[in-house]
Amino acid sequence: MEKIAIIGMGMTKIEANKVSENFADMAWEAVNAALADAGMDIKDVSNLITTSNDFWDGRTISCMAVGDSSGAREKNCSCVEGDGTYGAFYAMARILSGSYPSTLVTGHTKGSESISSLITNAAFDPIYERSLGVDMITASAMQARAYMDKTGTTSEDLARVSVKNHGNAKNNPYAQLPMDLTVEDVLASEMIADPLHKLDCSPVSDGCCALILADEETAKKFCKKPIWVKGAAFCSDAYFLGDRDLAKPKSLVAAAKKAYAMAGITEPTRQIDLAEVYDAFTYQELMWAEGLGLAEYGKAKDRLKNGDFDISGTLPVNASGGLLSGHPVIAAGLYRMAEAVRQLRGEAGANQKDGAKTAVVQGLNGLCGQSHCVWVLGNE
Amino acid sequence: MAREDHLVISSGKAVQPFHYAVGLYGSKFFQELKENRRLVGSKCPDCGKVYVPPRKVCGGCFKEMKEFVEVGPKGTISTFTIVRYTFIDPETGVQRPVPYGYGFVRFDGADTVFQHFVELDEKHPIKIGARVETVFREKMEGTIRDILYFRIIEE
Ligand SMILES: [Zn+2]
Repeated sequence: MEKIAIIGMGMTKIEANKVSENFADMAWEAVNAALADAGMDIKDVSNLITTSNDFWDGRTISCMAVGDSSGAREKNCSCVEGDGTYGAFYAMARILSGSYPSTLVTGHTKGSESISSLITNAAFDPIYERSLGVDMITASAMQARAYMDKTGTTSEDLARVSVKNHGNAKNNPYAQLPMDLTVEDVLASEMIADPLHKLDCSPVSDGCCALILADEETAKKFCKKPIWVKGAAFCSDAYFLGDRDLAKPKSLVAAAKKAYAMAGITEPTRQIDLAEVYDAFTYQELMWAEGLGLAEYGKAKDRLKNGDFDISGTLPVNASGGLLSGHPVIAAGLYRMAEAVRQLRGEAGANQKDGAKTAVVQGLNGLCGQSHCVWVLGNE
Repeated sequence: MAREDHLVISSGKAVQPFHYAVGLYGSKFFQELKENRRLVGSKCPDCGKVYVPPRKVCGGCFKEMKEFVEVGPKGTISTFTIVRYTFIDPETGVQRPVPYGYGFVRFDGADTVFQHFVELDEKHPIKIGARVETVFREKMEGTIRDILYFRIIEE
C-alpha cells in the first residue's frame, strides 16, 4: 500500500453538556485545532469527510449542517454515518485513489441533547425488537453476561477496567470523567442492568474530533512527525444480535487479522506497544483486547490484573482514559486515533508509554460490536 | 455572556410516525402467532439454519430461504439481564417500572436466539441454560407484544 499518514489532529474537550457550543461550533474548534496541528491552512485541504448520526443530531442530513464551520464551502465534502474510524477509512481510500493529496475527517456527537436510551432503542428492529424497549445498555448487559459466563470473567475484573481508565483520565485534559476509584467503588455503584454497574458504563458526552490524513508527499511537506497508517481493515457480522455469538468478537478477529497482515504484525502482544479500544462498557475493553489478539480469549482479565494494560505495563490499553472517561459516540473512534497519535508522537505527557512505536486502534459500528474497524499506526 | 445564559431551544410536540412494511416473512410470523399461537422461523436450504424471526436471506450463505418451520414454544435462555434503571418506554412514552427480566431465548428447533421479556420469579432464578415456555397474551393483535414474556419452567 502507498504510504498514508495522519498529519494533524484536533479534539474538543469531551464534556457532559456543551451548552455553550452547537454542532458547528464544536466542528470549528476541532477543525482549526487539526489545521494548526498540521501547520495547514484550510486552503491546503482539498476535500473532507464529516461523520455524524442523524438520530443523535435530531436532524436529517446532519453531516451537511457542519459543512461551513468545517471548511467545506466550495470543496468536495462527503459523509459517513457511523463511527469516526469508518470516516477515516473513507478519507484514506480517497487519498489512495490518487485524486486527493490530503483529506480532513471530522466526527461529532452531542449525547446531551436527547434521551440516549430512545436513540439507541431506535437502532433495533422496529418490527420485532424496538417496542420491547431494548436499548444499548440492555443489549450490552446481555453481551456482558454471555461473555462472563463463557470466560469466567468476574464483576471485580470488569471493575478493574473502570478503575484503570478513570485513573488514566486524570492526566488527559480532554477527558470528561477523571476519577480516583477503587474496585469497591465500582461494585458499590448503582446496578444499571445486571451485571453492569453504573461505573461499568461510559457516560453520555458531547465532543468533536478532527484528523487530517495525507499522502506521503504532502505529509513530508507539512509535518515533522507524521504518524503512518501501517494497516487498516473492517469487517461486519450479522445485524440481529440473536444471529450472533455475543460472547465472541468474531468480526473484530477478522478485521484485526487483515489489518495485522497489512502491517506485518504476526505477534501482536510483542509488536504492538499500546492500544486504544472502544470501551463503551468495561467488559468491552477486555473482549476487544482479546479480539485484537492482545490476550488469549478469556485471558484479558489476567493481563489486566497483572498490570500489563496499565500505562506502566507492557501493553497499555486506553492510556487516555478511554470512552469510560468520555464517550462522544461517532467521534469516539477518531478520539481513539487522535490519542494514539499523541502517544506515537511522544506528546501524551504523564500518560506517555515510553518509546511507543506501534499502536492499534479499534472503532466499532452497530450494536454490541456488529462491525469493527482496526487501524495499526506507527511512527517509523 | 455567562455560560448559564446560553440558550437551549426544545423541539416541538410534533412526532414523525413511520409505517414499517413487515414483508411476507414477518406477516407470516405474525399471522401464525395471532391465529394459531405458533412460532415460525425460516430455514436455509444450504446450511439448514433456522432463523427466528423468519426473513428472506440467510446472511451466512447469501441464499434465499423459502421454507417456514415451526419452533418453540419452549426454549432455553442463552443470556439475560435484569434491567434496573428507569427509562422511558418507547411504546408508551411513560417511565417503565423496574426491575424486569430481559433475555435471549433459543427456541427448540431454532438456530438463532430471540429476545423478549423474562418473568422474574424468586422460585426460579433467571440463569443461562434455564428452560422457558412462551406466555402469550389473551387477545392477540399480531404484534411482538402478543408474546407477553418467557416463563422459567422446571423440566
Ligand atoms: Zn445458510
